Amino acid sequence: MDYTFQFGVVAKHLPYLIGGAWLSLLLAFLAFWAGAVIGLLGAMGKTFGGRILYRVIDVYVVFFTNTPALVQIYVIFYGLPDVGIVLSPFNSVLLGLTLNCGAYLTEIQRAGFQSVRREELEAAETLGMSLWQTVRYVIAPHIAKTLYAPLSNFYIWIVLGSSMAGIFAVEELTGRAINVSSSTFRTIEVFTYTAGIYVVLTVVASALLALIGRHAFRVKARIF
Amino acid sequence: MIDRIIDEIPRFFTWYNTIFFLQAMGVTLALSLIGCGLGSIFGFALVYGRQTRGRWFTPIRILIVGYVEVFRRIPFLVILFIVLFTTEGFGVRVSFFGIALIGICVISTAYISEIIRAGLEAIHQNQWDAAEAMNFGRVATLRYVIMPQAWKVILPPAFAYFVMFIKDTALASQMGVLELTRVAKIFNDRGYSPFLTFGTCLLLYFILSYPLTRLGQRLERRLASSRNR
Repeated sequence: MDYTFQFGVVAKHLPYLIGGAWLSLLLAFLAFWAGAVIGLLGAMGKTFGGRILYRVIDVYVVFFTNTPALVQIYVIFYGLPDVGIVLSPFNSVLLGLTLNCGAYLTEIQRAGFQSVRREELEAAETLGMSLWQTVRYVIAPHIAKTLYAPLSNFYIWIVLGSSMAGIFAVEELTGRAINVSSSTFRTIEVFTYTAGIYVVLTVVASALLALIGRHAFRVKARIF
Repeated sequence: MIDRIIDEIPRFFTWYNTIFFLQAMGVTLALSLIGCGLGSIFGFALVYGRQTRGRWFTPIRILIVGYVEVFRRIPFLVILFIVLFTTEGFGVRVSFFGIALIGICVISTAYISEIIRAGLEAIHQNQWDAAEAMNFGRVATLRYVIMPQAWKVILPPAFAYFVMFIKDTALASQMGVLELTRVAKIFNDRGYSPFLTFGTCLLLYFILSYPLTRLGQRLERRLASSRNR
């Protein structure tokens, strides 16, 4: 029991760590939106496509949601060079996280599609709404309301998941924390700061998402 | 690539390599099972503490809410590093398995307490009031009135989280725990094709988590229809 905490030494490296946080956010943002596009296509394919398309998408979703993202990134990072595709660490992590996001978001968005009932579409038709009006006033609010909570939870999950990039020497928050801890040897302090930054990042993200949800979609979202 | 894999398969799936992989699978399962088991017990204790009433318990409630909110927002990898360096820094000797287990317990307690709380809150307030009117104590209320109804709400998401923890234990490979990902990495470093080593690893993870996912989905469908309030 003879460890003396020295938070001051690490405080000098805080700007460097916060710079890494930006890369974490960027990674999460790119993976989330690329995953959302894959998810939208997947959800449409699963709902409106034929039997074969359903099966294919289902295999993709089941495989990616039941195996760890870390091992998937290992396959991409170590395996793809064997076939002649060499990706930088950042790109391999991004690809892995995107494929993961795509699988989860397919399921989430499919649930959103299913929440719109046929009766509501018929009611909109009866009221003489055009296709655009139906989408704008009937389908979109419905989907937004059902999807809002799982989507914002998932966004937090992907911010936390981006910490895996540190293992592949990407200089995002965790990667930079590892760098600082090996140059200062104040390991506990460095990772305490890192944990603090992650908490701040996700709290700010939740608060922003809750605000957007409340004003744009009239969803009563909890920050905590 | 295909030639290389076919060439390596007989050398890869020898008796001892297979045993090595299966043992690693056991370690992964043990980590997530013990971690989630302890997490459920602690998580339940947290929910119990959070539902206390009265002024004197306010600090406890604030501590519990703070714990749950903070530890659901820190990546598992960072938690593992903190646990590793704290135990090393203070000279406590813990095995790598122990460190990974502590890390999982810390996170699973926070997540599972939220699931349990959501389950208890899904029970209508009338049920709590009725139990109080019949002079049930807090423990008796939970034991005989609330839990028999709440477990149907708690169980399906609990399965989803259990699968999530199985996948999260892959990060424990960074601490040097000999679980599936670590073993696959060792074989990869020995020069076997990454598709073969990590492919086997992915398959074994899939064998662990897919039945649990299916069971969870089934329970969700079965229990949702039988719920009544």
